[in-house]
Amino acid sequence: MIDSSTMQKPKISVDSLNFFYGKSQALFKISMAMEAQQVTAFIGPSGCGKSTFLRTLNRMNDTIDRTYIEGTVMIDDQNIYAPDVDVVHLRKRVGMVFQKSNPFPKSIFENVAFGPRIHGIRNKSDLYSIVEKSLEQAGLWNEVKDRLNNNALGLSGGQQQRLCIARALAVGPEVLLMDEPASALDPRSTARIEDLIGDLKKNFTIIIVTHNMQQAARVSDYTAFFFEGELIEFGETKQIFTMPKQKKTEDYITGRFG
Amino acid sequence: MKFFKKANFRLNEFLAEKAIAAIATTSLVFIFLILIFVFRESIPLVLGYAMEEDNKLSLTALFSNNWIPVSNHPQFGIWPLIIGSIKVTAISLIIAFPIAVLAALYTATLASKRTKEIVKPVIEILAGFPSVVIGFFALMVLATFFQNVFNLRFRLNAFTGGVALSLAVIPIIYTVTEEALNTLPKTMTEASLALGATRWETSLYVLLPAATQGIFAAFLLGLGRSFGETMIVLMATGNAALSSTNIFESVRTMSAAIGAEMAEVVFGDAHYNVLFFIGVLLFIFSFTLNAIAEFFLKQRMMKKFQGGA
Ligand SMILES: Nc1ncnc2c1ncn2[C@@H]1O[C@H](COP(=O)(O)OP(=O)(O)OP(=O)(O)O)[C@@H](O)[C@H]1O
Ligand SMILES: [Mg+2]
Repeated sequence: MIDSSTMQKPKISVDSLNFFYGKSQALFKISMAMEAQQVTAFIGPSGCGKSTFLRTLNRMNDTIDRTYIEGTVMIDDQNIYAPDVDVVHLRKRVGMVFQKSNPFPKSIFENVAFGPRIHGIRNKSDLYSIVEKSLEQAGLWNEVKDRLNNNALGLSGGQQQRLCIARALAVGPEVLLMDEPASALDPRSTARIEDLIGDLKKNFTIIIVTHNMQQAARVSDYTAFFFEGELIEFGETKQIFTMPKQKKTEDYITGRFG
Repeated sequence: MKFFKKANFRLNEFLAEKAIAAIATTSLVFIFLILIFVFRESIPLVLGYAMEEDNKLSLTALFSNNWIPVSNHPQFGIWPLIIGSIKVTAISLIIAFPIAVLAALYTATLASKRTKEIVKPVIEILAGFPSVVIGFFALMVLATFFQNVFNLRFRLNAFTGGVALSLAVIPIIYTVTEEALNTLPKTMTEASLALGATRWETSLYVLLPAATQGIFAAFLLGLGRSFGETMIVLMATGNAALSSTNIFESVRTMSAAIGAEMAEVVFGDAHYNVLFFIGVLLFIFSFTLNAIAEFFLKQRMMKKFQGGA
């Protein structure tokens, strides 16, 4: 089912992953690989486990009580669930952007500087250049460079989401996880985020969850279709959307359910 | 049939609503009457005309340094009482504020569910302690303890009173702060953890600053409680109206002066009026504090709703 052999060098490879919320199993035997500097999209009907799977990749599920995981997730040949893994370090390498933009109630500057600061960067001018670079990368610099000290909550929804992207980029991740990053935004802001993803993939491995089929088709190189906790089909986006191999995938893509 | 049932239901609702409205109005009226009474009894003083010739109370005399209400030549300088209140309140808050805020931060953001289920009720039970019990404890236990530890001349003093008072203030600051922290959206914590922050860093650098307004409100409410508390200070401070800066000397607070002296005062006398005047000061102070606290708590809610868009 999964043809990871065609990939150059998978950044992340997942093997036989089972995931449980207490007694209820949310993910069943997921195996797949995600290539570096490519965009992989997760699609599937609500409740099929996309977010859960995404959150296993930076161990955010660790923060929920009574969750269990089986199987392995390798990032650059290191199992992130190995006992000696430092979660703080992992999350530095694997950044995350959430569905609802969630800037801290601090200034724009402090939002972006927060990550580097807690990771030990104290020097003012170093911080400033990181903030500038991250905001540039997130396509927000020109809009906010004159008001870095204003409260981030005063930005528009789309700007807030790009600020959250900048904040995630500021810690220097290699992988960027995005859980429906544009679902709460207007079409123009959504288009900006999509453009941004196209730019970012040059430097990052991007995994995006989306409910929007067109969006998945537009931004991603690979697409994984999930259904009821199982990975039904995974392949190049072009193939998934034009010649799906599974009946379920076809039904979902053509809008017969979901 | 259905129609009647519905009509009945409406009637019940109507009656219940009216009853509740009546109760609410009554309590409002009572509060208002108390206010009028307190203000009215202090008016003669404020206007300065009810005083007898020989102890005419000017404003300078009122804010002078001697509180000797019962004597042939009584003096009503409320300055020592104000200093007493400030001293005791400051001591209580210096102790209570950090403890309460850190405890709230701990239970709201760091502690396991189990720990939280133990610590929270314990602190909340403390809130239900009658002040007289805390006062008694201070009088019998704390006073002796501090006397031995610090080798004090007076058992009862501003410090002992302040420590006892902090026991009453901690639960208030704790509860309001905890509430403020709990209403922060979970996504805030997630965002911070996802950046690789530890739980401690998240609590200290994200959640605590985000709850500043609520914590400020908690501080003001604690301050109001501390300033107005009577029984504990009456029992634990020694009640000598000295205006010294030494925290190990006895003090008499404004509230304690009213509590201790009102029962013995001659009705309508200058002393009587001064006590009411002190009451008005206390009222204005705590009313202002509560109003500001309310404002900050509201603003925080507003911000939450606006920020949640
Ligand atoms: N914290 C949790 N505790 C228990 N069960 C959960 C929790 N979060 C999600 N689930 C369950 O796990 C399953 C997968 O949920 P998940 O959020 O991963 O789905 P999703 O594909 O992201 O859905 P959506 O498209 O609506 O975001 C669902 O059945 C959900 O009810
Ligand atoms: Mg989801």
